[in-house]
Amino acid sequence: MGLEAAFADEPAFVPYLAAGDPNYEDSIAYVEALAAGGADAIELGLPFSEPIAEGTTIQNAIVRSLEAGMTPERFFEFVEDLDVDVPLVCMTYYNLIYQYGDEEGPRPFVEKAAEVGLGGFVVPDLPAEEAGPLRDACDEFGLDLVFIVAPTTTPERLERMREQVSGYVYVQARLGVTGARDDVDDATEESLARIADWDVPKAVGFGIKTGDHAERIVAAGADGVIVGSALVDIVAEGTENGDPTDEVADRLEALARELKEGALRGAQERPQPERT
Amino acid sequence: MSTDDAHDPKFGEYGGQYVPEALMPAIEELADAYERYVLDNEDGFMDEFRSRLADFGGRPTPLQYADQLSERYDTDVYLKREDLLHGGAHKLNNALGQVLLAKYMGKERIIAETGAGQHGTATAMAAAHLDMPCEIYMGETDIARQRPNVFRMRINGSEVVPVTVGRGTLKEAISETMREWATTVENTHYVIGSVVGPHPFPKMVRDFQAVISEEAREQAVEKTGGLPTDVVACAGGGSNTMGAFAEFIPDEDVALHAVEAGGSSLQVDEEEGVAPNSATLSTGDEGVLHGARTKLLQDSDGQIMESHSVSAGLDYAGVGPELAHLVDEGRVRPVNVDDDLALEAFHRLSQDEGIIPALETAHAFGYLEKYHDDLGDTVVVNVSGRGDKDLETVIEETSKRDLDIAPDMSVLQRMGGGGL
Repeated sequence: MGLEAAFADEPAFVPYLAAGDPNYEDSIAYVEALAAGGADAIELGLPFSEPIAEGTTIQNAIVRSLEAGMTPERFFEFVEDLDVDVPLVCMTYYNLIYQYGDEEGPRPFVEKAAEVGLGGFVVPDLPAEEAGPLRDACDEFGLDLVFIVAPTTTPERLERMREQVSGYVYVQARLGVTGARDDVDDATEESLARIADWDVPKAVGFGIKTGDHAERIVAAGADGVIVGSALVDIVAEGTENGDPTDEVADRLEALARELKEGALRGAQERPQPERT
Repeated sequence: MSTDDAHDPKFGEYGGQYVPEALMPAIEELADAYERYVLDNEDGFMDEFRSRLADFGGRPTPLQYADQLSERYDTDVYLKREDLLHGGAHKLNNALGQVLLAKYMGKERIIAETGAGQHGTATAMAAAHLDMPCEIYMGETDIARQRPNVFRMRINGSEVVPVTVGRGTLKEAISETMREWATTVENTHYVIGSVVGPHPFPKMVRDFQAVISEEAREQAVEKTGGLPTDVVACAGGGSNTMGAFAEFIPDEDVALHAVEAGGSSLQVDEEEGVAPNSATLSTGDEGVLHGARTKLLQDSDGQIMESHSVSAGLDYAGVGPELAHLVDEGRVRPVNVDDDLALEAFHRLSQDEGIIPALETAHAFGYLEKYHDDLGDTVVVNVSGRGDKDLETVIEETSKRDLDIAPDMSVLQRMGGGGL
């Protein structure tokens, strides 16, 4: 299933969790809870030991997952074991994609990803300039390649990304690394305006943690919201306190529902196109 | 100055710009500044850099004939004395260049990472000299084993920010500094400490360090009437290595030896994700880390391994992409020396020549001890830094071993040890 489908009918809620955080079994339950709460697509983090684009929250999730034994091979099993009916996106760093399999380059990883049913990739340390081989492999196996647009991205670089992006474009709401914040940055509207005529859905991420945030982001013109750290915080808290898996899953599902409903409210506030 | 294409972000297959999108404009801006100021000397940047290197830094450093070592190894050994540069290591060449460049670019704040603390110290000194606020990120393990340098950074007015994730060494400090840069990129310059990271850092840092080989080449001709047969330099990230090699690369008769940290063993424990060495050029595989494609210590999944060396400055799982390329081309010979031999060489140089070398540098002398029969008749060794910062480590590590050459440590032990 192409990732664009997740945005077809209404604003999409796209949550992120690190696969295998804090362990394989609990993580399966947590991801499934997000789907039950209304996720339209899910970003699954495949942990890399040097996650330079992540803030402390997701960095710690990655450490927990790696310590519990997550590997690329286990990640693919994880995807196969999930019982969810929405597109799944692999979010990871390029070295893991590049190293997989005997053959040099990203092709074996993409082939395996297609085999287990993943819909595409977000690779934070792979700019458009270096993405050619991965883009080619994605084309060969029918997967999407999502790029991140930052507030600092220049017009020249936007054009380079526009040529290669598919599925959706990830609009980074503010500068910095991932992490929940208490407010929504004004830079978001400006970023959305810069890519308004792109023919892929625009999903905004970085710093969104409440239904109100989601509402404002969608009202500002986003086609969807991406939420990671606020959800990972729930996993971390449950892990630290030794809470039962079901309770943590319930909390995740509740926040997912709040975020999805916020996004839906935001859509109603958008100026309606004039009927002719 | 190097003649390679400054616009090309690659060295063969290596190099490139693998960074989060938020940083791309900053490294493009930096690449533009590198070309204008460093390569084209716009606004007299390079003139000011050279002038400050001379007056503040103390360049040129001598190329000293080493009497005892020459006799011991039956070959002419010359020492390029970067330990005599201000701050006690070659690191000032790069730090001064980048802090000055940040000023020319209109940046308001400096951040840097450091492993052994030499780069952090040099950056703190350059920032104080050029009146720029500065924060240094340092792994907590390295803070513990490099206390004198931590104090030097603080004394020079820089903040030292402890990095507690992972094993708390250089790898983690670089990742953390990249995160900080992604948040503050509009007014902040990140002074990378070696010939690593995304383009233009590997080329720019090499060009700032190339003054080492530029001087050494001229001094060798002046003192010996010709070029050396061999140049030997230790290699962690590779900045002193590239600095010592850069101007000799076209001289194909000059053999170039990059001495890595063999640590306690070249065997890796893949299960634990640990390489008990930092011999990236000798044993690493191609991959992508910290903004560049290069050789890395990594497991079969592509996860980066924890490296090890008795020397904090060599303890890094990556290496500069140009060095990786030169090794593949056969121009640079990668070799390695283990912790024990490096410690022996530390004591030998101290006793024979009256020079207390950094533990990084001691690896180059360990190589000389073991392989001098393979070298030609005129050898230049880059004394990349002085060893004051390493004394606590040397006392601790020497006490654990039975080294014939070590001084009697019992006096220190009677004093309670570690009380420097």
